[in-house]
Amino acid sequence: MRKNYNLEKRKYIIGGFIVLIALIYLVRLFDLQINEVKYKKSADSNAFLKKTIYPSRGIIYDRNGELVVFNQPAYDVMLIPREVEPFDTLDFCTTLNITREQFDRRMADMKDKRINRGYSTYTPQRFMTALSSEDYGRLQEKLYRFPGFFIQKRILRQYNHSTAANVLGNIREVSADDIDRDDYYAPGDYTGDLGIEKSYEKYLRGIKGVEILMRDAHGRIQGRYEDGAFDVAPVPGRELRLSLDIKLQEYAESLMVGKRGAVVAIEPATGEILCMVSTPTYDPNSLVGRQRGENYRKLVNDPAWPLFDRALMAAYPPGSTFKPTQGLILLQENIIDLNTTYPCHGGYINGGLKVGCHAHGSPLPLKPALQTSCNAYFCWGFKAMIDRRSKYGSSAAAFEIWKNHLVSMGYGYRLGVDLPGESRGFIPNAKFYDKFYREGRWSANTIISVSIGQGEILSTPLQIANLSATIANRGWYITPHVVKQIADTVLPDGTAEKHYPTIESHYYAPVAEGMRMAVIGGTCRRAAIPGIEVCGKTGTAQNPHGKDHSAFMGFAPFENPQIAVAVYVENGGWGATFGVPIGSLVMEKYLKGQIAPERQYMEDQMLNTSIYYAPPVPKKK
Amino acid sequence: MLLRSRKRNDASEAFRNLDWPTVIIYLIMVIAGMISIYAACYNFDNASMLSADEFSGKQLRWIGLSLVLGFILLLVNARMYETYAYPIYVAVVILLAITPLIAHDIKGSRSWLSFGPMSLQPAEFAKFATALALAKLFSTYQFALNAKFSNYARALLIILLPIVLILAQNETGSALTFLSLFFVLYREGMSGLILFAALFAVVIFVVTIKFTDMMLLGMPTGEFAVMMMIMIVMTVMCFTYNSRRLDIARNVFLWFAGCTGLLFALAASGIDIPGLPATIGTIIVATAYIGIEAIRRHQRSLFAAMGTGLAAVVFMFSVNFAFDHLKPHQQMRVNVVLGIVEDLQAAGYNVNQSKIAIGSGGFFGKGFLNGTQTKLKYVPEQHTDFIFCTIGEEEGFIGSLTVTLLFLALILRIIKIGERQPTSFGRVYAYCVASYFIFHFCINIGMVIGLCPVIGIPLPFFSYGGSSLWGFTILLFILLRIDASRRNILAY
Repeated sequence: MRKNYNLEKRKYIIGGFIVLIALIYLVRLFDLQINEVKYKKSADSNAFLKKTIYPSRGIIYDRNGELVVFNQPAYDVMLIPREVEPFDTLDFCTTLNITREQFDRRMADMKDKRINRGYSTYTPQRFMTALSSEDYGRLQEKLYRFPGFFIQKRILRQYNHSTAANVLGNIREVSADDIDRDDYYAPGDYTGDLGIEKSYEKYLRGIKGVEILMRDAHGRIQGRYEDGAFDVAPVPGRELRLSLDIKLQEYAESLMVGKRGAVVAIEPATGEILCMVSTPTYDPNSLVGRQRGENYRKLVNDPAWPLFDRALMAAYPPGSTFKPTQGLILLQENIIDLNTTYPCHGGYINGGLKVGCHAHGSPLPLKPALQTSCNAYFCWGFKAMIDRRSKYGSSAAAFEIWKNHLVSMGYGYRLGVDLPGESRGFIPNAKFYDKFYREGRWSANTIISVSIGQGEILSTPLQIANLSATIANRGWYITPHVVKQIADTVLPDGTAEKHYPTIESHYYAPVAEGMRMAVIGGTCRRAAIPGIEVCGKTGTAQNPHGKDHSAFMGFAPFENPQIAVAVYVENGGWGATFGVPIGSLVMEKYLKGQIAPERQYMEDQMLNTSIYYAPPVPKKK
Repeated sequence: MLLRSRKRNDASEAFRNLDWPTVIIYLIMVIAGMISIYAACYNFDNASMLSADEFSGKQLRWIGLSLVLGFILLLVNARMYETYAYPIYVAVVILLAITPLIAHDIKGSRSWLSFGPMSLQPAEFAKFATALALAKLFSTYQFALNAKFSNYARALLIILLPIVLILAQNETGSALTFLSLFFVLYREGMSGLILFAALFAVVIFVVTIKFTDMMLLGMPTGEFAVMMMIMIVMTVMCFTYNSRRLDIARNVFLWFAGCTGLLFALAASGIDIPGLPATIGTIIVATAYIGIEAIRRHQRSLFAAMGTGLAAVVFMFSVNFAFDHLKPHQQMRVNVVLGIVEDLQAAGYNVNQSKIAIGSGGFFGKGFLNGTQTKLKYVPEQHTDFIFCTIGEEEGFIGSLTVTLLFLALILRIIKIGERQPTSFGRVYAYCVASYFIFHFCINIGMVIGLCPVIGIPLPFFSYGGSSLWGFTILLFILLRIDASRRNILAY
């Protein structure tokens, strides 16, 4: 083997390099460990106390600047186990209003590494959370008797109005999962749970600060380390301004008392959500502080699912509130024009199939069909489109186009509201039916019920409200959102972007007129508000859970609309029974501030009517 | 019969010719590591050091398994490592490629594979596989790195493939480790200029970005320092690349010193001068002069001095340009990684705390288990990447000196082993092992004492973690096995 001695010399360079680095490091170590006195001082002081300073969480206002959520101080009792000296346990327990058993259990829990993963006798441990200010005062006075214990100030939420719990959300202690996912959190921190507290957590929480204190061998605090050079001041969370009108929210919630369902109101021009009610609901104040755990458990076990935000999580059959979308699609696809009429003699009868309808004139063009909510009209229209092989080739191809129009109107996918847990609803595609009925074995009549918002179609109340806003705008919508402003920063990109469905704008005018006619002389007559041109569409949705759901979708005024609403009342019967009155009262309250005297009977009726919901059948054991 | 005796020969040969100094250093390191891990995580109410609930007890299990692993590696015929070098490399590369697809996300990194209760990082095993592949490449018949460009390309491919795949797992620190293999290329004939240029580029990058607060001669201190460095480097190169004659170097030096002095004099007398263009002008004039001399004397190697100067200036400007065009949060990341912005909640705070911990150790240290800084968990990752803190705090300067010398001894021993190999395969493999240790030693201890940016890589044999311990054990014991057979070339 030939050896290259020239290259072999390079071992000295490499060896020399590492010797040089080692020397540099040794000089540095010598300097750090022997020359520098700064670090010796810290060695004398034995230890630092690293105290977290919690930032105040962002305050939340409503659209009119009304304070909605703010902070209240709370106090945690902390201890450093190795510094605890024998103390009068009885005195300690009476001061904190706890029993000896509770004290022992808390101590045991704290030391149990399975429960408290970060347990160490050297570091501060949380003994008790959310002390009331009275308990805090008592303990503060006696604290010197309990060496090793100290009090850490924390922040809890407080709510000015017992409303909008579903939108506001609440805060809870972080879980082990949260800590794994996000380095920011340490055990005992709070994080947003549900609602905007969750979706705007990064803005609301601020940044924790830290204060480094020096202590002597007896644990007495000697002052701040390096005069606070390494302290970090906390950055308070950002203030949020909601688009909600908290008064309107309260009003709508009161109308929904005793009923299960949702009300969503949107300002069409901005996509701002004015109120978003889901009932049954709960008092957000019940999920604050020490009673949170128990109350939360109650809510979780409640068969009426109060924690389930029906406004955006529930997927309901939209029923007849779906008909305007059908009118729009048929116009866009040139299946009908405004003069096309379809017959209705008690319903849609074709191919051995009958979809019932109620009594009204026949035949009808589009606008009166919307006015009277004629089932037959939309079934005929749907059949004309889906079975038009000359234009689309196959029913499946036609259905895909139909579906794409709906998706562009916000159905079938999440709208992207700034709240967690939004449901997609459901709009089937052709493949879905191919699987169900086998390819080529289905046509319009097989699936005719989707044309009137029944069958497989599901949508959230938010999607229905968004349709209403789109019609109010005559052809566009802005993604609905509940946060209007974040202090000192801008909303994420795309918040104010206009979305144009695949329907040409001019087709919206006749649909809006049809909805206007429904209020003047159709199914929504009870929605008429004196002095305001209201437009509306009822919905009565059949469902497998008992009585029909009552729905309403509308906007007002006809020109330059200010508010678009959707109401959905589970098992409420006809759309006109609950949907129309509640929807129109919400619009009236928002537009006029009060209810006209001749409509107050309706208000009383809504405030005082409850629907009986059968308790769920207990599961067999 | 013949076969049996041959087999026994193999194994007994491995132990008869084993390089015991290396083995002893290895054993001292892993045991000291385990004890340090125990100290780093110690609480008064802790169970014993060997308890399976403690990190130290877990580490002991890893050590036990490592010894078994090392023993098995010694039983294998040395020839096998060369024969299966490429298959092993390919297998590990495939493993690296699929890791991010099947690994769970642990704080942004997708590098851990779980096997029941154990988790392993394939990146650690890429080290020995890459070393084997590189050694195999160099042992190809009549292979010479400088013979043709494709040889370079093949060597670079072997090195860069794991880097790219590990970057995809978001393990920047582990990926950078493989860059140390350039030492091996240097030993095997790569021009020293390349190594130097790379080092110089890193220095320019850090200095340019790091020192921007103060102004000197109308430019930031960092840029001024880079200019001075360029001048010094050019002067030295004029000496080395001119058959060690002083004349050109002297002229260049006088020109630089004169111009710089003049600039300082002008600045001192209150005249506002554009410092940056002036110094760049100075350097360009010098390069022109060197170029003319190079042509006149037919001394083509002088172009290296000229090229280095120009390239360095251009590089400095592109660093500035690129940095200014990064988004603010990207700039922040670079700054934090370089330790420019003391991100007190993250990296900067950590380094400060680790310096306090080490500094408070003094000469003799606070004594075993008596450290407070590390135990109070002010130092992050105290039992993994920052384990050196515990040693510095509890064993003082004596302890850190010992650890430093242990590493120095190990690395020099490996180089010695490398140079006594009769084959290129053995030599290149040994240099690969040495390079990894050099990199880990320099970066890990450098970061803990605040001399290097914080790059999260473990201190070999000391940091807690099975993958890293296994990875380095495999590296070392394969080397020991190859070395044990060095006299038996026939068996090779």
